[in-house]
Amino acid sequence: MTTADLQTARITTATGLPAPGQAGASTAAPVITGIGVIAPTGLSTEAHWSAVLAGRSAIGRISRFDPTPYPVRLAGQVPGFAAKEQVPSRLIRQTDHWTHMGLAAAEAAIQDAEANPAELPEYELAVVTSSSSGGTEFGQHEMENLYQHNPEWVGAYQSIAWFYAATTGQVSIRHGLRGPCGVICCEQAGGLDAVGQARRLIRTGSRLVVTGGTDASLCPYGLTAQLSAGKLSTVQDPARAYAPFDEHAAGYLPGEGGAMLIVESAESAAARGAGQGYGRVLGYAAGFDPAPGSERPPALRRTIAEALADAGVEPSAVDVVFADALGVPAADLAEAEALAQVFGPRGVPVTAPKTLTGRLYGGGAPLDVATALLALRDQVIPHTTGTAAPAPGIEIDLVLGEPRHQELTTALVLARGHGGFTAALVLGRAD
Amino acid sequence: MSRRAVITGIGVVAPGGIGREPFWDMLTAGRTATRRITLFDPTAFRSQVAAEADFDPAAAGLSPRQIRRMDRAAQFAVVSAREAVADSGLDLANTPPERIGVSIGSAVGCTMGLEEEYVLLSDAGRHWLVDHSYGVPHLYGYMVPSTLAVEVAWEVGAEGPTALISTGCTSGLDSIGHGAQLIEEGAADVVVTGATDAPLSPITSACFDAIKATSPNNDDPEHASRPFDQDRDGFVLAEGAAVLVMEEKTAAEARGAHVYGELVGFAGRSNAFHMTGLKANGREMAEAIKVALDRARLAPASVDYINAHGSGTKQNDRHETAAFKRSLGSHAHKVPVSSIKSMVGHSLGAIGSIEVAACALALDRQVVPPTANLRTSDPECDLDYVPLTAREHRMDVVLSVGSGFGGFQSAMLLARSGAVEYGGDRR
Repeated sequence: MTTADLQTARITTATGLPAPGQAGASTAAPVITGIGVIAPTGLSTEAHWSAVLAGRSAIGRISRFDPTPYPVRLAGQVPGFAAKEQVPSRLIRQTDHWTHMGLAAAEAAIQDAEANPAELPEYELAVVTSSSSGGTEFGQHEMENLYQHNPEWVGAYQSIAWFYAATTGQVSIRHGLRGPCGVICCEQAGGLDAVGQARRLIRTGSRLVVTGGTDASLCPYGLTAQLSAGKLSTVQDPARAYAPFDEHAAGYLPGEGGAMLIVESAESAAARGAGQGYGRVLGYAAGFDPAPGSERPPALRRTIAEALADAGVEPSAVDVVFADALGVPAADLAEAEALAQVFGPRGVPVTAPKTLTGRLYGGGAPLDVATALLALRDQVIPHTTGTAAPAPGIEIDLVLGEPRHQELTTALVLARGHGGFTAALVLGRAD
Repeated sequence: MSRRAVITGIGVVAPGGIGREPFWDMLTAGRTATRRITLFDPTAFRSQVAAEADFDPAAAGLSPRQIRRMDRAAQFAVVSAREAVADSGLDLANTPPERIGVSIGSAVGCTMGLEEEYVLLSDAGRHWLVDHSYGVPHLYGYMVPSTLAVEVAWEVGAEGPTALISTGCTSGLDSIGHGAQLIEEGAADVVVTGATDAPLSPITSACFDAIKATSPNNDDPEHASRPFDQDRDGFVLAEGAAVLVMEEKTAAEARGAHVYGELVGFAGRSNAFHMTGLKANGREMAEAIKVALDRARLAPASVDYINAHGSGTKQNDRHETAAFKRSLGSHAHKVPVSSIKSMVGHSLGAIGSIEVAACALALDRQVVPPTANLRTSDPECDLDYVPLTAREHRMDVVLSVGSGFGGFQSAMLLARSGAVEYGGDRR
């Protein structure tokens, strides 16, 4: 990819000027001042990070139900998550497992940012989460109640637990966040779109946005639905089942959990003494693949170029790419080709720590963003486990075997969602 | 000159009217489309009333393959998108696909498909370990609501930013607000945007029964949706979709497109109070209205019509009336307010977009749709709700609001083309 290519790429930057009457509107790159992780790899940011650096996989046999009848019995489950300790008991009953984890992660992120919402202007505090499948387990229970009995057996909380906005609403209420609320559903890509939307909100008057997401569809009906798409790996060896870019790649494994992030205007963070936090959101772009049967190329290469142009960085300035890494050979090849077109063959280190957790859908990209920020902080690229070596024709510098210590200034995070959603986010190290 | 978004195409699938013109005829006639539920046997339910769309997917032009693959909500969205694109006169085949964006809202996604498949795979709820071997290939597409945006993107050939927005009952306003933002920031030149919901199934009815939110007026379904009336007793569940084509203003004007209206202001706020309860004072909705006016640089007195959320629950209609007074002051008593939910019911996330479509048509035709079934106003709802009969009215600026579970409040302002001057760049 040449500089001329970059210049012709469409720049998706907003005009950036503050709207009238909005003192908080900001034009500088937003900063990420808080991270809350509830993931298969750990119940805290540092537990997750040490598992990632150690290459400690959280893939195991599904225990939330008996997976014996199903061809996929492995998943990334969150071990030892005790909702009772992290979520008010009243909310446990009213919400799905997905929202329990979202509430816990949001609280951890707010604490990590050392932000006290009560001391900040209530209408400048926003929430935007990504959600892919809603409260599936809760919904399965209530449908069972309905069909095994009658409508009176369906509980009052079905109306607020199953729908995709449950987590955003509960986070807003719990923390008194009265600004714009949003929910973006773009399957696995939605987490990057949520961060992109958080940046839009900061440009139009919000100062602090709780964003990110969690998902949890590890119930029988949720797994059955995931199986129908035909992309889950039926390999029974947990160490090899999800091996993106490998010549034996056979699909992916599902997981649950995710991460919440505090995205804040640079001015607001500075005023609170939070500095640049973990890093800055430098660029974002989204695109969509052509309809099936089209001869047109997938959206990924163009979307990467647009995100880099938006960030104002050259491809050569990108130090690491956190790949989408679906684990389906054709999709892996398409991603590798897009990366080779933008960065040159093996032109940039690429990694996919998500093999440790499985794909977390709405929670996947936020966890990748968290991991990328920690990589920038500690100047180390975590390695990819599961994959032995890139398959022939996969021309990427996949970081394998052990973490790679090197200077890191800029990271690119990629995500693709079922059906063609494509998003790219550029992160910069805190100065 | 900053980039601005205008509406150039409208497509609607609504109860009582499939297509934009039948929909508008129905609204202006003040006819109601609420009836006893026919899509399933409602006998066991507290509320047995709904506003159903008389929708035949084959007659609406969908192929057998599309009909098999798509949940009813997706069918509504695709048919509406097709009508909107045709109405816009845009030649999408000659528009760069990466400059076409999609923003679709839905509160509950593909609920019907999910529930039907669940019943099959669980043998009517008998097995927690549902039988995956009979799962249809598109079952995953039902579980992820993003499918609704995928189907619209495929239909119109979009390769630009594409998203499904799911903020419950404000989804339909929020998706259009998001779509306009894509145009304003330059991420797209054309956005196909709207919302769809097809929630008329036993599980949805059961969950609203459980919280007594829906009307139990089973003896008189045609008059069950009674926003602002003292005898109102809950909302009437509905289904439907509306999809708009929005374009960058100067491009639309350059090609001589018919412009229904311009999106001049949008804002969302949240009450952080309760998932389903509302504070009586309407404070956060009022704030959303004020910010939308501020962004449009308009004074409260410039609002010529308010399309209310008007769901017909006791608390909503009072909350909303308070919000209008709080945000518009004495002007609230002068401006006509109406709720089309009195006629087409409350289709959850879809209704916000259906109401924006109604607002665009109201601006275009200078007619305010009425609030049907409003015989005696609640004494606490003391504004001009345009009872029973549509009204010719001069309108330059209209306001549409939405309120939903989660405490979300959204407000959107549309202006008639050329009616509002900004004095240069809107900042």
